[in-house]
Amino acid sequence: MALILFLIIMALILIAAAIFAVMQKDLLFAVLATGIISVVLSVFFYVLQAPDVAITEAAIGIALTTIIFIITIRNTSRNEDEYTENHINKFDK
Amino acid sequence: MKRYIIFLFIAVLGWTLAQTFRAIPFGADRRGNLDQPDRVAAFYLKESPETLQTANSITAIVVNFRGFDTLGEVTVLFLAATGLASILYRKEEDDETEERITLISSSLVRTGAKILFPLILLLGIYVFIHGHLTPGGGFQGGAIIATGFLLMLITYKRFDTNHNLMVWLESLAGLAFVATGLYGLFTYGSFLQNTHSVGTLNDLISGGLIPLIYIFIGIKVGTELTNILDILLKIKPGKQS
Repeated sequence: MALILFLIIMALILIAAAIFAVMQKDLLFAVLATGIISVVLSVFFYVLQAPDVAITEAAIGIALTTIIFIITIRNTSRNEDEYTENHINKFDK
Repeated sequence: MKRYIIFLFIAVLGWTLAQTFRAIPFGADRRGNLDQPDRVAAFYLKESPETLQTANSITAIVVNFRGFDTLGEVTVLFLAATGLASILYRKEEDDETEERITLISSSLVRTGAKILFPLILLLGIYVFIHGHLTPGGGFQGGAIIATGFLLMLITYKRFDTNHNLMVWLESLAGLAFVATGLYGLFTYGSFLQNTHSVGTLNDLISGGLIPLIYIFIGIKVGTELTNILDILLKIKPGKQS
């Protein structure tokens, strides 16, 4: 019973983080939210008896993908609207 | 008119999906009878401890039963790394100093990274050497090793991976994988055939080719991912290259 309650709370955190990642305009926080999704997912994989996948998700989803996105943000722009104004609207004019 | 065709297409697609899901008995035991396997799952669960002497049946499937597919996966990762390197390749100018990070990390991070780096490497090597005994394998171990290198790369300015050594290690590991497969092909007539005895269950050297191939895959994936991160981190911020 305690496990099911824990899993329900985890699933709610996952959904909340996913919605936050989509809505957030500050891309750094959006990327961190996807990192949280990966943490919760790896817990889910472990509980559902797939430890192999849990290890992969922990290493690649939490560390490598997040860092690659952060490098990309450092090289482009942190705010979504600002980037759209600078790069995409240029071609419309 | 176009809109109706799209709706019709989506309806047909949805109907097909619904029929497929109706045919799957959710919640039922799909393993089948282990003594007389009539399903693939039961066959693998029965054969991997008995014939191959492998405790982790997932790695038995990935490396032994489906070894050729794993070679394809390794090739996909290799092509991805090569493509990224060829897109981001840039000739260095003479007066250019490579600045990977602009700020110096705090002493807490630097000391912690120094302590954690060998431990992370050890964990990664453990994961891919024990791929046939415990959860994990070459890909997982390689990814863990890459996170260790990532920690050092973003903490220390001067920490530099030997790029040439990395490329050579990666290529040699990939070639060794193919050579192992070809050796089985020429001596026993089948690609990636187990050329030595499978040993006994739960021994470190058991499971036929699994430990050998997972060592190759672990080295290959670890060096590849480290190279990708190294290339990405060397892009100058704010400069279109």
